[in-house]
Amino acid sequence: MKLRSKDMLGLYDTTAEEIKLILDSAGTMKQLLAQNAKKMPHLQGKSIVALFYEDSTRTRLSFELAAKFLGATFSNLGVSSSSVKKGETLLDTGKTIAAMETDVIVIRHPLGGAPKFLADNFPGSVINAGDGMHEHPTQALLDMFTMRERFGRLEGLKVSIIGDIYHSRVARSNVWGLTKMGAHVTLCGPQTLMPAAIEQMGVNVTCNLEHALRDADVVMGLRIQRERLQGVFLSTLREYHRYFGIHEDSIRLCEKDVLIMHPGPVNRGVELSSAVMDADNSVINEQVTNGVAVRMALLYLLTRKDDKR
Amino acid sequence: MRLKITGGMLVNPAGEKRGRQDILIEDGIIKAIGQNLGDADKVIDAAGKTVFPGFIDLHCHLREPGQEHKEDIASGTRAAAKGGYTAVCCMPNTTPPVDNAAVCALVLEKARRASVKVYPVGAATRGLEGRELTEMGEMAEVGCVAFSDDGKPIADGGMMRAAMRYAATFGRFIMAHEEDTNISGSGVMNEGYHSTALGLPGISRVAEEAMIARDLLLAETENLHVHIQHVSTAGGVRMIRDAKLSGVKVTCETAPHYFSLDDSACTSYDARTKVNPPLRTPDDVEAIRQGLLDGTIDCIATDHAPHHKDEKHIEFSLAASGISGFETAFSLAVNNLTDDADTLARLFSVNPARIIGVKGGVIQEGAPADVTIADMDAAYTLREEDIVSRGKNTPFIGRTLRGVVTHTIVDGRIVYDGGAACR
Repeated sequence: MKLRSKDMLGLYDTTAEEIKLILDSAGTMKQLLAQNAKKMPHLQGKSIVALFYEDSTRTRLSFELAAKFLGATFSNLGVSSSSVKKGETLLDTGKTIAAMETDVIVIRHPLGGAPKFLADNFPGSVINAGDGMHEHPTQALLDMFTMRERFGRLEGLKVSIIGDIYHSRVARSNVWGLTKMGAHVTLCGPQTLMPAAIEQMGVNVTCNLEHALRDADVVMGLRIQRERLQGVFLSTLREYHRYFGIHEDSIRLCEKDVLIMHPGPVNRGVELSSAVMDADNSVINEQVTNGVAVRMALLYLLTRKDDKR
Repeated sequence: MRLKITGGMLVNPAGEKRGRQDILIEDGIIKAIGQNLGDADKVIDAAGKTVFPGFIDLHCHLREPGQEHKEDIASGTRAAAKGGYTAVCCMPNTTPPVDNAAVCALVLEKARRASVKVYPVGAATRGLEGRELTEMGEMAEVGCVAFSDDGKPIADGGMMRAAMRYAATFGRFIMAHEEDTNISGSGVMNEGYHSTALGLPGISRVAEEAMIARDLLLAETENLHVHIQHVSTAGGVRMIRDAKLSGVKVTCETAPHYFSLDDSACTSYDARTKVNPPLRTPDDVEAIRQGLLDGTIDCIATDHAPHHKDEKHIEFSLAASGISGFETAFSLAVNNLTDDADTLARLFSVNPARIIGVKGGVIQEGAPADVTIADMDAAYTLREEDIVSRGKNTPFIGRTLRGVVTHTIVDGRIVYDGGAACR
């Protein structure tokens, strides 16, 4: 089986079979990593360029390691988000990168849809590493990989995602992916951070943390961007933590073995308390490890398709 | 020069003569309507076709002066002629804006060589900044038919009230772009399921409806005429319907895309679907259709907003808002609204003429010979290379549409004859 598209733009466009394929391949990649075989030939001769219009630490590093472990040439094109509005257009930047015989562009962009626009105008593969409030498919894939690894399944899992749903591409990608795989998703946050008509995405929506935590198999906190939210979408962070923070008191509503996740970076004491973050059932670091395996699998599957064309 | 139109079906809700009539035009004036009208220098065989009073567009952007890379008065009016328009009202948000009599005179000077009649709309506030009233008296004297800060709302309610009263002083009125920009914020499409799924900031319907409500109350209290531009929501239609029933002096327009497309059209991130107000939901589309058919919405205006390809072939959020609309308005109405020629004549000709108080909207002896002839049954597939406007930015490329304008006649002059535009 192969992926249908040359690109990975989001899980909205990805089928359950494709998700399963990527997760299965990631399992193989993780085994190879565990054997300390960090130089493999799968992507030898391929050139991958990271085009990040927003800051990123773990996602870009994760892609870079994944590409290098598989033998690809990996280059960073540093651009600041200010160059979105001035200077070279994305279209022209894409053409320039294409002219250097690039096989894959990994793009992060502050505007939803920018990777799709690039993909429409770039002959190689485009991987969306996060676009505006739209999608962050590789994050959701690594999240699902982590859940599946722990529970052995995704079907029937109860996953609660808590925090800034409105601005979150991680939440959207997880909703598309998890619901396709048969999980039940609950979204929780203040109404100011809940996007319009979100329930039409096939999820439960609640403003009551208690409802979200009770019976959950997985609890995922989302990052609160202090600068952007305080005073406009939220009052104080103190109040946010009281009503929506996952801390020693609120976590008691969950089973002991509930999985605690967060896409990072965490604001300690805001989304998660330190005690919850560092507890045994927190898999935040495991998520990072799995991120490399998932991105290796995706790079392999996308470029393999390219060879068959 | 005598021009005769023979064998056509005359649709003329504001006139006395209708049905199968010949029309004789002499020196730019309708000379006679009837049968056996004698010889002419040129005859248009309109058998099987429908003859309308010339279409009048209350809302377009001709982009001159200052934005000629998007459009100019010559190219824009050529496109208007192809769309069946014999007169258009151009909005003042040019560079510089039409906010004084001198710029207005410049536009009218250029318009003397245009394909169709041009009625400028002047800015209501200086620089379209919403702070100081413009010299509306002088602009009215030069030729402005109304005033508007289109593209932007007049955010300050006190300023809007003053603008309405000052315009009325000179027998004019305000055309209002209704948007509370504190609500619309950084939005780029309608707020709803699709904006959520696409991760694009949404524009709530309330941004438009709150301002419509304010201006209806101002019009009622001041007993003054206000014209609401590009109505796009069901709530807007409902409020305007209620206001009309209460005797408020309100008129309004919508644009063809608001009854032809909903916000699901944005799902490909195709910036050609980006327009302000944004494409709304299927329920809104249905309410707009109802409003047009029951007379709540007075007319169809194009909001023809041509843009250069570089301003549209980019990321959705960065793209300019607007649709190039002259050349498809009539066929979109035939396809997506009604086949009824009388209704079309009211929406495209009769009501627009009445709202701005110009001659037109009727075919009768002694009136200026502004005539649009259409083949209601013919169809075409819209191709980018066939678009006359400099702005190729329309989401309808590739659509097959029924209802084709075959001739446009302005003051007895054939400005479009079904082939290439004439001049």
